Amino acid sequence: MSQTNRIAKGLIDTSRTVDFTFNGRAMQGHAGDTLASALLANGQLLVGRSFKYHRPRGIFTAGSEEPNALVHLRDGARQEPNTRATVAELYDGLTATSQNHRGSLEHDLMAVTDLMSPFLSAGFYYKTFMWPRAFWEKLYEPAIRASAGLGRLSMEDDPDTYDKGYLHCDLLVIGAGPAGLSAALAGGRSGARVILADEDFRMGGRLNAETLAVDDMPGSAWTEAALAELRAMPNVRLMTRTTIYGAYDHGVYGALERVTDHLPDPGVKPRQVLWRIYSRRAVLAAGATERPIAFGNNDRPGIMLAGAVRTYVNRYGVTPGQTMAVFTNNDDGWRTAADLAAKGVDVRAIVDTRDRAAVCDVPGARHIRGAAVMDTVGRKALKSITLTDGQVIPCDALAVSGGWNPTVHLTCHQRGKPEWNEAIDAFVPGAHLPAGMVVAGAANGQLTLAAALDEGRKAANAQLKDLGFTPSRKPGPKAEDEPREGAPVWYVPESRKRAWLDLQNDVTVKDIKQAHRENFRSVEHMKRYTTLGMATDQGKTSNIPALAIMAKCTGKSIPETGTTIFRPPYTPVPIGALAGRARGRDFRPYRLTPSHEWAKANGATFVEVGNWLRAQWFVRPGEKGWRDSVDREALQTRQTVGICDVTTLGKIEIQGRDAAAFLNKVYANGFAKLPVGRIRYGIMLREDGICYDDGTTARMGENHFVMTTTTANAVLVFRRMEFARQCLWPDMDVHLISTTDGWAQFAVAGPKSRDLLRKVVDKEHDISNDAFPFMACGEVTVCGGTPARLFRISFSGELAFEVAVPARYGNDMMRVLMEAGREFDAVPYGTEALGVMRIEKGHAAGNELDGRTTAHNLGLGRMVSAAKDCIGKTLSQRPELQRDDAVKLVGFRPVDRSRNLIAGSHFISQGRDAVMANDEGWMSSVAWSPSLGHSIGLGFIRSGDARMGEVVRAVSPVHDTEMQVEITSPHFIDPQGERLRA
Amino acid sequence: MRYSALRILKEGLTGNKGWKPAWRDPEPKREYDVVVIGGGGHGLATAYYLAREYGITNVAVLEKGWIGSGNVGRNTTIIRSNYLLPGNEPFYELSLKLWEGLEQDLNYNAMISQRSILNLVHSDAQRDAFIRRGNAMFLAGADAEYADADQLRRELPFLDFDNARFPIRGGLYQRRGGTVRHDAVAWGYARAADARGVDIIQNCEVTGFDIEDGTCRGVETTRGPIRARKVAMCVAGSSGRVAALAGMRLPIESHVLQAFVTEGLKPVLPGVITFGAGHFYVSQSDKGGLVFGGDIDGYNSYAQRGNLPVVEDVCEGGMAIMPMIGRARLLRSWGGVMDMSMDGSPFIDRTHIDGLYFNGGWCYGGFKATPASGWCYAHLLARDAPHPVAAEMRLDRFRRGHMIDEKGVGAQPNLH
Amino acid sequence: MLINHPLLGPRDAAEFTYLGDACLIERPDPDAKDAAERFLEYGYLRDNVAGEMRELWYHEQGDRSWLVVTRDTLTHEITRVEIARDVARERGRST
Repeated sequence: MSQTNRIAKGLIDTSRTVDFTFNGRAMQGHAGDTLASALLANGQLLVGRSFKYHRPRGIFTAGSEEPNALVHLRDGARQEPNTRATVAELYDGLTATSQNHRGSLEHDLMAVTDLMSPFLSAGFYYKTFMWPRAFWEKLYEPAIRASAGLGRLSMEDDPDTYDKGYLHCDLLVIGAGPAGLSAALAGGRSGARVILADEDFRMGGRLNAETLAVDDMPGSAWTEAALAELRAMPNVRLMTRTTIYGAYDHGVYGALERVTDHLPDPGVKPRQVLWRIYSRRAVLAAGATERPIAFGNNDRPGIMLAGAVRTYVNRYGVTPGQTMAVFTNNDDGWRTAADLAAKGVDVRAIVDTRDRAAVCDVPGARHIRGAAVMDTVGRKALKSITLTDGQVIPCDALAVSGGWNPTVHLTCHQRGKPEWNEAIDAFVPGAHLPAGMVVAGAANGQLTLAAALDEGRKAANAQLKDLGFTPSRKPGPKAEDEPREGAPVWYVPESRKRAWLDLQNDVTVKDIKQAHRENFRSVEHMKRYTTLGMATDQGKTSNIPALAIMAKCTGKSIPETGTTIFRPPYTPVPIGALAGRARGRDFRPYRLTPSHEWAKANGATFVEVGNWLRAQWFVRPGEKGWRDSVDREALQTRQTVGICDVTTLGKIEIQGRDAAAFLNKVYANGFAKLPVGRIRYGIMLREDGICYDDGTTARMGENHFVMTTTTANAVLVFRRMEFARQCLWPDMDVHLISTTDGWAQFAVAGPKSRDLLRKVVDKEHDISNDAFPFMACGEVTVCGGTPARLFRISFSGELAFEVAVPARYGNDMMRVLMEAGREFDAVPYGTEALGVMRIEKGHAAGNELDGRTTAHNLGLGRMVSAAKDCIGKTLSQRPELQRDDAVKLVGFRPVDRSRNLIAGSHFISQGRDAVMANDEGWMSSVAWSPSLGHSIGLGFIRSGDARMGEVVRAVSPVHDTEMQVEITSPHFIDPQGERLRA
Repeated sequence: MRYSALRILKEGLTGNKGWKPAWRDPEPKREYDVVVIGGGGHGLATAYYLAREYGITNVAVLEKGWIGSGNVGRNTTIIRSNYLLPGNEPFYELSLKLWEGLEQDLNYNAMISQRSILNLVHSDAQRDAFIRRGNAMFLAGADAEYADADQLRRELPFLDFDNARFPIRGGLYQRRGGTVRHDAVAWGYARAADARGVDIIQNCEVTGFDIEDGTCRGVETTRGPIRARKVAMCVAGSSGRVAALAGMRLPIESHVLQAFVTEGLKPVLPGVITFGAGHFYVSQSDKGGLVFGGDIDGYNSYAQRGNLPVVEDVCEGGMAIMPMIGRARLLRSWGGVMDMSMDGSPFIDRTHIDGLYFNGGWCYGGFKATPASGWCYAHLLARDAPHPVAAEMRLDRFRRGHMIDEKGVGAQPNLH
Repeated sequence: MLINHPLLGPRDAAEFTYLGDACLIERPDPDAKDAAERFLEYGYLRDNVAGEMRELWYHEQGDRSWLVVTRDTLTHEITRVEIARDVARERGRST
């Protein structure tokens, strides 16, 4: 196929031919074309099918407001559904396919729905498909889903990368049309840091689409000169292919830059960059969007907005047809006819709804006054139009102009409401703009060139003055205002056939009338009931005509009727771009423990614990499953000695004269009397009296404590303590610093732990049981002078220590401990064996401290000191939190010792039904105890501490199973605590 | 007018000119038995069940804007009853059962689609917690199913199983969970309530309460005073503002939750999927858009709009579990105001003022509760006693220390 | 959003963690006769202002200051930022 509709050079590079395919057909365009202009050049008017009725559709606009010309761009994993052909830049090898049809684009089997349209009017699906009930999911819905939707995802992982960036500027200028360029020039000349962003790949906006002159130059030439000046300014950043998609609080704007979408392959570059722009001030110069007039069968391929026709003719050198007609209610439409005629295109007629003289002379065109188009012929391509006076005009393309709507979107992103402007019959930005924003040019209702240029400059200068810059004295660009009068005509009431408003979602004037009839009269009800404006174009060309029609139905004015809410993004943004690099393994950063390298080299399997990776177990040769490893690690620790990296537990240094008093406030139990060199277990409540966290705190000196928190709560406890310090007791002399990452800490547990540590801790430090008893702490040195801290605490229930060294020594410390432990058969153990041993010992952990349990539930009620206040004390005394029959933490073992307990089982008394009313508690943690040779569990059951020995049902209907379990003490191993004091 | 396929046929053949208003627009009367403040899903459902279950039809629903303009008009359409705590689970299971019969009851197709909901599991502790929850669901008569990673790989091959920062280890399904066409719920209840005589009065904002000697006798509105034997607040999102007119402080903060929809796509997702290691949940609407959301923005707000950090955080969650959506485009984002309560659970209760009732505090989960909320509120209004499944949803539960804290994060609303 | 930190200048709100109403500074006297009642109000009841609100933000990814930010909940406009410790002292909090 040749470029039959290419009529001129325009602003494209005709010296460079670009090959592409549409639906497999090879075509050619030129550098500087969009896919849409290239398709038009090749005479491809039919490009897609509509959403509901599968009507044949062509290209309707020349910009991002396009409702019709949506295609699959590219193929394979890069297939990109719903891409607007009107903004897709042509590149060599581009492949595009049409979407939303069954069978070929030309012969869509789904087009049968068009014949059914009388039965598919607004909201029909709310009124049927209800019988029989089960048929909705089985029959109706799958059928609806299959026919709905538009393009297809490839179902493959997106292969491209996306970056994020942050920019700062004094003045952000949004839109590089006449007003935006004028504003950017003013900004740049004043010395302010300016960003000028435009969604197009060629800056200039309508200047590239019109034949108007600026400073006695063609608009596009003036644009080049202006851009050259701006490019030379180091304080100005020009961003093409960049859509400012949202206006957020305090001058923050979201921007999407399409970096490589116009290239056959992104190479090493990201596909797109999501910028967050922090602007002190902004000038919105987003231009205006042309609106159509609704008439019968106004959706045919070949019917196009008049301004878009000028864009194709003047910028791309393409005409949508060989015999054209123009239908307009305003002066602007006339320029389309004039520009077409100037390029030698046969313009048959100009149909003006107004009964008035010609706006300009258009050679060869009939001027039909006071008439309108009421119907058209030509299913896959326009053949003729029928006027209200009955005459039929053959033509293969029709340009329609219903006037222009200022693009007010970004002014409304912070819930500002636009205001109706009678002079231009359109909504203009309202009084409540996002902070720091002013609006200029067509976006502000200045729909003529000279006015736009002037307002752009003035708006920028006003902003610059506020910021303390001195505006340049250089005169602004000069141009003339073009005629732009119009009459408010929204649809042609004489139309007998369906007249489309929302082309993509197939909403017609009849649907609006029906919505009115059924009392869906609020503009939001109208939208939601008819789906008008909910398609991928968000109603950019359809909303205003539709609400004008609703206003007419209700007898209200258009401003009384109001608009629906404009929401970000201005144009759709790929999810990949919003996610950036945070995907796959880079979704969140990894925190690695100090001994990670050692663990990796020694067979560790790792597990995610928050952002940490911890060794879960260490596989030894011959072990067949994780249980082999875990059992071995737990058993051997209890028999000899085991070593575990416990660095992930939160560590908080607390210093100051009031450190002890401060701890008394944040812990439920008392710390003031803790001697120096000793450690105490503490529980922390939230202010609502529920247990929050637990851990040990060591008194290293009179005014120096080291607190440990659980891994999960490290950040939260620190935050809360800073709150207490700064906001509740601001004059306490206490200082906090988080040292979680500062110290590598290892648990050394088991009967041989002291023997092992004696080889590591320097000799001058006596760590005998007398000198360093259970719950002792102190500063020591290891390995010949390396500073360390030693704590005699035990999570496993064995004789145990924790030794901490500066984190940089962590990996070496692990190696040293293991080497020193070789003679004792020391083992490294992971989180799984750690969990097994703590369950055997009956220590509560995250599964027990679930944010709902109290000290009373945990059997620690007496730890809440009666002698002092603490955070959470008062509210912990509420009646429901102190009930005698509250659930209590106890141990469980299966009556049939061969069975494995299930965490998450619920407890039901014997002989009762397994229903919620009889639910008495739940199993919180289970483990297979290698020491005992059977499964054990911790759990909460009503009055559990008074029910030792009772057998209850542990039900797990999720597994369709239950078992008999016996209530026991939670301390399965060494209940008297002799080992840890040994 | 009863809706049916036959009616569509008949109207279609006669130009669709015979359709009647789905509800009337009456002038407010001077007095009603019950005035419901708030024409959202819950308020309209309350009015409907008052009429249907208790024969109380002298009822007005007062709506300051257009009905359905609150959170029933801007949610992510999910229904489910996968709760843990006894104060919640039976209530939500009642709601799910009411959803299951709603369309025939209302003669309105709300496109209730029990497509299933899946909560992904990424750690052993999370698995234990979900098993506990699944079992609680069973004990309350709901359904639950635990799927391991192999099963999920077969059913949802597009999830990231091989390159994930937080590997998928399994998930808890509720097969009866799913989605509903949210606006249709408001319209269906409105139409059915209207048919039973309830007056739905739009553009009628309550500006004050008529309280004499500790008894509420009616409301002041922008359309004049209206007296009522009972006044029922049902304005989640605006609870603080309306309750303040009655001099009440509430255990509620207002927060903004954003939600998102992509351009329409051919079917890719079978049901609702929630990510267990980030803030992301998603389903696909009948029209083809991926409807998704995540966490609340986290600061008090009545602005009905949010900011970029949360938008990006949510999309990161999406790409983390299903990187095939990278080229789907986010079409629209919006924000709704949530009544975030102090324990994350709602209230359906009398107030300390006789004749004045309160329904609110639904956090970001009010949509699925719509039928049961209306059902239980109607029960409370008609009988002056709480419905058994909503008996814990009392305003005095904090005084008693009986919090219903599903997340276990305590009295900090932005964490729920 | 941007928060104009009194010590560090304008910072993105994403660096901060939000707590809630600045009334949380005013923890009741645990020894007062009506302490139980006061703590209930402190813990659970909020003015939930639609308009200008004083609220607590924590510069977690920064200098760890707790700040009292005066922000309009209808428009998100921030009119004042104070160091929370100073506010606490003004309110008579000490040790």
